[in-house]
Amino acid sequence: MSDPAATVTSVTSTLVNAKGLTKHFGSFEAVRGIDVEVSRGEAFGFLGPNGAGKSSTMRMVSCVSPRTGGELRVLGLDPDTDGPRIRARIGVVPQQDNLDTELTVRQNLQVYGRYFGLSRSAVRAKATELMEFAQLSDRADAEVEPLSGGMKRRLTIARSLVNDPDLLLLDEPTTGLDPQARHLLWDRLFRLKQSGVTLIITTHYMDEAEQLCDRLVVMDGGRIAAEGSPGELIRRYSTKEVLELRFPPGEQSGDEVRDLAERIEVLPDRVLLYTSDGEAALAAAHARGVRPVSSLVRRSTLEDVFLRLTGRTLVD
Amino acid sequence: MSTHVVSPWRAPLIAVEHHWTWYRRNWRATVISNFLQPVLFLLAMGVGFGSQVREGEATGGHPYLVYLAPALLVITAVQNAVFESTWAVFSAFKWQRTYLAAVATPITPAQVLHGQLLWIALRLVTGTAVFLLIAVALGAISSPMAVLAVPFAALAGMAFSAPAVAFTATREKPDSFNAIFRFLVMPMTLFTGGFFPLSQLPAWIHPLAWLTPVWHGIELARGATFGTLRLLPALGHVAYLSALVALGVLLGRRYFRRRLAV
Repeated sequence: MSDPAATVTSVTSTLVNAKGLTKHFGSFEAVRGIDVEVSRGEAFGFLGPNGAGKSSTMRMVSCVSPRTGGELRVLGLDPDTDGPRIRARIGVVPQQDNLDTELTVRQNLQVYGRYFGLSRSAVRAKATELMEFAQLSDRADAEVEPLSGGMKRRLTIARSLVNDPDLLLLDEPTTGLDPQARHLLWDRLFRLKQSGVTLIITTHYMDEAEQLCDRLVVMDGGRIAAEGSPGELIRRYSTKEVLELRFPPGEQSGDEVRDLAERIEVLPDRVLLYTSDGEAALAAAHARGVRPVSSLVRRSTLEDVFLRLTGRTLVD
Repeated sequence: MSTHVVSPWRAPLIAVEHHWTWYRRNWRATVISNFLQPVLFLLAMGVGFGSQVREGEATGGHPYLVYLAPALLVITAVQNAVFESTWAVFSAFKWQRTYLAAVATPITPAQVLHGQLLWIALRLVTGTAVFLLIAVALGAISSPMAVLAVPFAALAGMAFSAPAVAFTATREKPDSFNAIFRFLVMPMTLFTGGFFPLSQLPAWIHPLAWLTPVWHGIELARGATFGTLRLLPALGHVAYLSALVALGVLLGRRYFRRRLAV
């Protein structure tokens, strides 16, 4: 193939490269200078509370939203000048489904494939294959409108694959879905990852990030607060274990256990002790006569990292 | 499998294919407003009311039904353009968000606009063509030259549609659409020489009528049908209508980009 875009990315393994990337909406700075590099085959995550700038970043990477400043290369190309060529080779799952709900499942896939320049026979074959993948074959000729949220989401993901993308961008792929639908979606995304598709995911579900992402950044207030693999981030920003002591509201001060952990956090009904050995901390607390209503030793999760970095205050 | 960036010329055709896919499933819903309503008008005004109108100078020496038919073709095209250019476009931005899906592909906002306008033009051409056939069946068409009324009606429809689509692209709420129909389109269809000659109206209204695409469309459609159209005025009408289309396309490109690439 003589397509120069293909040549560019076959030699570079960096699919997304952003330096000092910014996005302003009027006087509002949604993204305030971030550096991101995503390599081929990686599953990369953007974590952050609402309004952290994740979606704005995703929209810039998917070449639908022009950047305000900084450098951005996607598949080795500049979105400002090569938007259509980049979009031809990426798949986008937007935060809000934008399926054509008055068409059938099959028609949605076929119509969308045509926008990528695929022939009618190619989109017919592709639609059948994708409906199989998304477990929607038995709904092939049903209108989209009455389908469940999970089915619509699966269809949106199937649709994003119609051009066999090198890079798949998923903006909160499972928000609002029930656990069954989420697990089915994770399974499908995991399969894509196995087959070598590079994934970029935004989410505020920590379990989702831990399940799917090789590497992630935590965004807050338009900036990157931390970067690493889920394991690294937990090691860096939290402890191996967390001891949760539950008290009747108002009866905990935390003072009597403060020195038992590397760090403690006093919540209205609980005291969290961040420590490498939860059981030992619990035994020590008992020995001091601390009598919580209940206690729990668990391993640290990304959620602990997330809350430490972005705070417990509601942002929206 | 080979994906590629489709050419700027093919992209609107693919968008039209999308609309056509929708239309194949949903055309029944459009029949009533697109065909039945003008036919009822033709029957009520042309056949019913028209039977009370004497042929004379005002009707160009034609029976009222025959006098009315080419004008009604234009009025129908403009009225059909209203819904397609406001509610349907608004929905593609806001409710169905199908435009947002399209611009995530290699298609650009301008190409989405071109596809939408091409689709509306096709709807107007086919709609007026079917209406013409019905008018022929009702004996409302006297001359084969009435075939020319179809492209003229569609052009007048597009002269309204293109600026209306651009306007819709700037709307965050659909509030103004009903007002457009009541206060812009209704007067435009009633007082632009379609049902009775413009000379019956006070002189100060005339310049207002000349601004509307409906008046120019009616002059063209009626003139072509009755063989009274002179070349120079015809070119003037076509130029004015084309200028409105061009203005709509230029504004539309800007507003579509502003709305879809933020």
